[in-house]
Amino acid sequence: MYILIGGGGDVGYYLTRNLLGQGHEVLLIEKGSSRYQTLSEDLGQSVIKGDACEASVLEDAGARRADVIIAVTGDDEDNLVICQVAKKRFSVARIIARLNNPRHEALFEKLGIDVTVSPTKAILSLIESELPGPRFVQLMRLKRAGLEILDMSIPSSSPVVGKPLSQINLPRRCNLALVIREREPIFPTGDTVLQANDEVYALVNSDAEEELRRTFGTM
Amino acid sequence: MKVVVLGCGRVGAMLATKLDQANHSVTVIDLSSEAFQRLSPRFRGEKIAGNGLDEEILKRAGIDTADAFVAVTNGDNRNIMASQIAREIYNVKKVLCRIYDPLRQNTFNELGLETICPTTIVSDLFLNALNGTLTSQLGSKNP
Repeated sequence: MYILIGGGGDVGYYLTRNLLGQGHEVLLIEKGSSRYQTLSEDLGQSVIKGDACEASVLEDAGARRADVIIAVTGDDEDNLVICQVAKKRFSVARIIARLNNPRHEALFEKLGIDVTVSPTKAILSLIESELPGPRFVQLMRLKRAGLEILDMSIPSSSPVVGKPLSQINLPRRCNLALVIREREPIFPTGDTVLQANDEVYALVNSDAEEELRRTFGTM
Repeated sequence: MKVVVLGCGRVGAMLATKLDQANHSVTVIDLSSEAFQRLSPRFRGEKIAGNGLDEEILKRAGIDTADAFVAVTNGDNRNIMASQIAREIYNVKKVLCRIYDPLRQNTFNELGLETICPTTIVSDLFLNALNGTLTSQLGSKNP
């Protein structure tokens, strides 16, 4: 695959190295002179100097034949413009943007940039699932399938405590994939009876999150 | 008319001042509160120091009920992003965006943004001014 990456910070750099290692053709675009110098000593021809927001730079970088463009600068506005120019001018098939402020997700989606990665959000989810106490954390969204992976703990007050799974009304397209009880994994079946403080990993339809919360009495 | 102006540089400040003098309801946003010194001392509008790409700041500036939004920060990309937030998320009726880069202006015009490109406008103004001089010079050099 031919991959263009906009933004030669740490993320851009390691991404480039990684993808090159996987055998892809990669071109990193960095606009700062001294940063470019440092990068070119390491990456050679795989990095060029230029502002990835500019159509002329993307043209020279071969955007027309790129399979993927990834915008990973430290500024959401720059990432947005890179993606919009790539999409509008060069019809790049796959566009991925780094989102520093997770609240900008709605805007990017509205503007047709459907793959966004928010390091902030990802780290927050991971931290939340490490915190003691009751939890209901969305670990991951599988956007194209319309599903989410949730990590929830069952409070002692939950209506499902003591009931076998076969008797619990799960929302459609919901699957309880794994239960962790006192650090032991349990692959649940219809006979599995949930207990207070069980940690449940569930696959659920994006719009069924509320319903699941109510059924399980989780916060 | 209720107007939100993002960016209190020379243009933003003058625009806000004139709108205020014309009795519109103006709110100016800038990252630095020092920028507000450019406003007229008689400015009656609201001044908000903060990041205009931040939902909280925009809501505090009343973007929910704004009739118009003008993005005149010194960064093309910030203006582009803020304008799109105003239009796509808050459905502001009139959204104007300054873009210095003529190529970028092209792309975003096609994407439906109403833009003003000082680079093109000003260079045209200078050209016109020069043409007056050039023509008369050529005229006098006619053999």
